[in-house]
Amino acid sequence: MGTKVLIADDEPNIVVSLSFMMRREGYDVVVARDGAEALDAIRRERPALVLLDAMMPGLTGFDVCEAVRADAAVRDTRILMLTAKGRETDVARGLGAGADAYLTKPFSTRELVEKVREMLA
Amino acid sequence: MIAPAVVLAAAAGYLLVLFLIAAWGDRRAAEGRSVIDSAGVYALSWGVYCTAWTYFGSVGRAATAGMWFLPIYLGPMLAMLVAWIVLRKMVRIARTYRITSIADFIAGRYGKSPGLAALVTLITVVGIVPYIALQLKAVEAGYLVLTGTGRQAAAAWWGDGALYVALALAAFAIIFGARHLDLAERHEGMVAAIAFESALKLVAFLGVGAFVTWGLFGGMADIWARAQAVPGLADLVRLDGPGPFDYAQWFALTGLSALSVLLLPRQFQVMVVECVDEAHIRRAAWIFPAYLLLINVFVLPIAIGGIIAFGAAGADPETFVLSLPLAHGAPALALLAYLGGLSAATGMLIVETVAVSTMVCNDLVMPGLLRFGLRGGGDLTRLILAIRRAAIVLVLMLGYLYFRVAGEAYALVSIGLISFAAVAQFGPSLLGGIYWRGGTRVGATAGLLGGFAVWIYTLMLPSVAKSGWIPDRFIAEGPFGIALLAPERLFGLTGLDALTHSLFWSLLVNIGLYVGLSLARAPTAREASQALLFVDVFRQGSAEPVFWRGRARLDDLRALAGRFLGPARAEAIFDEHAAARGVPVPDLVADARLVDRVERQIAGTVGTASARVMVASVAQEEPLSVEDVLEILNESSQLRGYARALEEKSQSLEEATGELRAANEALKSLDQLKDDFMSSVTHELRTPLTSIRALSEVMRDTPDIEPAERDEFLRIIVSETERLGRLVNQVLDLAKIESGHAEWHNTDVDLRAIVIDAGRATSELFRERGARLDLTLPDTVPTLRADPDRLTQVMLNLLSNAVKFVPTTAGRVEVRLVVEPDALVVEVEDNGPGVPAAEQATVFEKFRQGGDALTRPPGTGLGLPISRQIVDHLGGRMWLESESGRGACFAFRLPLQPGG
Repeated sequence: MGTKVLIADDEPNIVVSLSFMMRREGYDVVVARDGAEALDAIRRERPALVLLDAMMPGLTGFDVCEAVRADAAVRDTRILMLTAKGRETDVARGLGAGADAYLTKPFSTRELVEKVREMLA
Repeated sequence: MIAPAVVLAAAAGYLLVLFLIAAWGDRRAAEGRSVIDSAGVYALSWGVYCTAWTYFGSVGRAATAGMWFLPIYLGPMLAMLVAWIVLRKMVRIARTYRITSIADFIAGRYGKSPGLAALVTLITVVGIVPYIALQLKAVEAGYLVLTGTGRQAAAAWWGDGALYVALALAAFAIIFGARHLDLAERHEGMVAAIAFESALKLVAFLGVGAFVTWGLFGGMADIWARAQAVPGLADLVRLDGPGPFDYAQWFALTGLSALSVLLLPRQFQVMVVECVDEAHIRRAAWIFPAYLLLINVFVLPIAIGGIIAFGAAGADPETFVLSLPLAHGAPALALLAYLGGLSAATGMLIVETVAVSTMVCNDLVMPGLLRFGLRGGGDLTRLILAIRRAAIVLVLMLGYLYFRVAGEAYALVSIGLISFAAVAQFGPSLLGGIYWRGGTRVGATAGLLGGFAVWIYTLMLPSVAKSGWIPDRFIAEGPFGIALLAPERLFGLTGLDALTHSLFWSLLVNIGLYVGLSLARAPTAREASQALLFVDVFRQGSAEPVFWRGRARLDDLRALAGRFLGPARAEAIFDEHAAARGVPVPDLVADARLVDRVERQIAGTVGTASARVMVASVAQEEPLSVEDVLEILNESSQLRGYARALEEKSQSLEEATGELRAANEALKSLDQLKDDFMSSVTHELRTPLTSIRALSEVMRDTPDIEPAERDEFLRIIVSETERLGRLVNQVLDLAKIESGHAEWHNTDVDLRAIVIDAGRATSELFRERGARLDLTLPDTVPTLRADPDRLTQVMLNLLSNAVKFVPTTAGRVEVRLVVEPDALVVEVEDNGPGVPAAEQATVFEKFRQGGDALTRPPGTGLGLPISRQIVDHLGGRMWLESESGRGACFAFRLPLQPGG
C-alpha cells in the first residue's frame, strides 16, 4: 500500500492538478473540499501528508492545522500549507498554526513535488 | 396649676439643652462635619421668624379678628416665590464682600458710607428693642398662667426671673454668637440651636392643636359646628367678618410681612449671613412655607376652642395655648407648650441680639472709637470682641428695662407690627440697591431718614401717646390744632387703619426721596463702583474689577491686618496671596487686588464702612473719578472677554482635534478596506493562475500524458484564462464606477427592450442548464434616462447569477417588469436554493460568492457589487428577497425622474 496524501482545497481545478501530480509520484490520493471534510479525512484515512489550502469556507486551513496539532492521534501528520495570499503575515500565521512547510500559489510544480518528497523521506 | 419650681426647672433645663446643642454644633463645625449644611436645617433656622408674638399672639388675634392672623404668614410665603432670585443675590453679595449685617449691606452698597450704616443701626435699635421687650414679656406672661400666680404677687421675684432668662441668653449669645471675630465664618452652633427651637415650637403647637381638636372636641368639623352655635363666633371663620372686608389692610399686612421676612435683622442673620450653601435656598424656599402652613393649621381651632371652653369673657386668648391644656388635666402638655413659647422667644432674642449687637459694635461704637484716637496701638481683636459682648448685654438689658418700664402699655403690646414697619423702611434702598445701579448714597440716606421720620410721627408717637406717656390730643386734632397734620390722618387721608396709613406715607416718602434724589444727583465714583459690584454680582468672575487706585506700603497693610484680624489670620492672608502670585511674602506688591483683599477681610470683622476708613488711613489713595470707574470696568470686562475668547478657542481646538481624529479613523478604515480589497483581488487572481501554471507544468513534465487527460487540462486552462480576463475587466470596471471615473452615456432607454435583449443573450446559458426563462412584461413602459449598456450589464449579471443557482431539472427563472407611478421595478426570481439569512446581508459585498465552491458555477464575486453600484448611480436601489430553500428574488427599482 502506497503512501497516502490528502489534498484539501475548495478550487476543483487545483484539486485536479494536484491529484494528477501526486498520483504520478505514486502516492494514494484522498480529496477533501473544505476544512471540516479535511479534518474528517485526516482522522479517518490517517494520510502521511496533507496539502492544505489556507482559505477554505467554513473551517480554514489554519483552523484545521491547529486542530490536527491538538489531536494526539493525528498530531504527527505532516502538513504543507498552500495559500493564495502571499503576505508575510499569512506565512507567519500558517507556521504559527503548526504547518511544516508553506508554499504560495501559484507554485512551481517541481518545487512542490520536491518538497513533498523531502517531507515524506 | 404647676408649681413654680417645676416651671423654673423645666425652663432652666431647656436652656441647658440649648447650650449643649450649640456646643455640639460648634464642635461638629470645627471637625468639618457641619450639622447645618442641609436645606432642612437651614429652613428650620428661618423659623426664627415665628416669635413668641406669633406663637401666642396668632391665637389671640384669631380669637378677636378671625382670619386676620393669616397675612403675617401669607407675606413670607409669597416672598419665598422670589427667594431664589432675590435671596440668592443677597447671599452672593454678602459672601463676596464679607458683609455681616443689614446695616453693612446697605452702607456697602452706597459707597461704604459710615453715616448710612449708623442710620440703619439706629433705626434697627429703635425699632427692635421694644420687640425684644415683648419677648421677655411673653416669657413672663406664660409663666404667670402656668403657675397661676397673679401679677402683683409675683412681680417682686419673677421680675428677677425674666432678668435671669435675659442674662442666660446674653451668655448664650456671647458664647455662641461672639466667640470668633470674622462673622462671615458663621455661627454653626447657634444656628443648630435655633433650628432645634423651631422644631420644638412646631411640635409643641401642633401637640396643643391636636389636643384641643381631638381631645376636647370631636375633630375640626365638631369645632366648626359648635362655633356656628355661639353668637359672634361664626363670623371669625369668614373672611369678611362683621363689616366689609378691608382689602387695603389685608394687602398692607401681607406686603409688610413679605418685606420683613427678608429685612428683619434676625432674618438677615439666618438667611444671608449664616447661609452655608446657596444651593440650599432652592429647597428651603418651599420647606419654610410648609413650616408656616403647619404651624398655622391649629390656630383657629385653638382660638375657637378657647372661646367655647372659657366663654367670651374668660381667659386671655393670647394664653389659650397654655390655659386650655392646663384647665383640662394635661399639665405636661401645658409645660411643653410653655417650652414651645420659650423657644419662640429665646430663638428670636438670641439671633436678634447677635445681629443687632454686631451692628451696634461695627457701625456705632467702632467708628467713634476709630475717629477718636484709636488709630495707633496693637491688636484690636480682643477689644472688638469685648465691645461686641458688651453690646449683646446692653441690647438685652435695654430690652429688659423697656419691658419693666412699659409693662402692659399699648406701646409694647402693638410693637410687633410697628417693628415690622420700621424695618420695612430698609426695603427701597436694599432691594433697589441690588437691582438699580442708579441709587445713590444721598438718595438712600434721605429715603431712610424721611421714611423713618414719618414712621415715628404716624406710628410710634401715637402708640406712645396711647400708652399715656405724652398727651394724646394731637392724635385727634393734629399738632397745634392743624388737622391736616394729624398723625393718623395725614393730609386728610382717612379710611385706612393706623398701620396701613403709616406704611403708605412712610414708604411713599421713602421711595420718593430715594428715587428722586438718586436721579437728581450723579453718583460719585465710589458709589458707582459699589453699585456695579452689587448689581452685577453674578457677572463677576475671576476677572472681578477692583475699584482702587493708589499706593500702599506692604508693612502698613500687614500691621493693619494684624490689628484687626489677629497676627495668625493676617499672616495666612498674605501667605495665600503670595502663593497665588508665586512670590515670597516680603516681595509682594501692595497692589489694588491685595488692598481689596485685606479690606474685605477687615470688613468681616468691623464692617464695610469702618474697614474702608481704616484701609484709607494706611494707604495713599488716588481719588477715583467716574471715568476711572468706567475705565477699570472696561479693563476687567476686556479681561473677561479675553478669557471667554480663550475658552472658545480652546473649545474649537478641541472640536477640530475631534474632527481630525474622526477623519483619521475614517482614513484608517478606508485603508483597511483597500488592503482587504487588494488582498481579495490578489487571492482571486492567484487561484486561476495556480491552476493554469500547475496544469501547464504537468503537461510539460509528463510527455506521455493520456490525450483525454491532456484535452481536459487544456479545457481547464482555457476556462481559467477566461475567468482571469473577466476578473481583470470587472475589477477595473468597479474601480472606475467607485471612483466616479466611469463614463456614462445616458440616453432615453426602454427598459423593456433591455430586459428582452438580456434574456436573448443568456438564452444559451439557460439552454445548457436546461432551465426556462419567463418574462412578464407590460406592453409599453415609460422611458428612463440612463446608460443602456450599463443597464444591460446589470440584467446580464442578474440573469446569469440566477441561472447558476436553479436546479438542474425544472430550473426556472422569472423576470417581471412592473410600472409604478414614479418608478420602474425589475424582479428576477429563481427557484434555486435561495440565500441563507446569514448571507443575505453580505451578498452585495465584493468577492462574496454564494454556494459551495465545487458546485458553484464560475464567477468573480464582483457581478452583484457592480450591479448595485450602477443602480445606485442611477438614483435607484437594489435589494434581495429570499427565504432559504424557496428561491431568491433580486430586484431593483429605478426612478423615472432622476433623484426622485
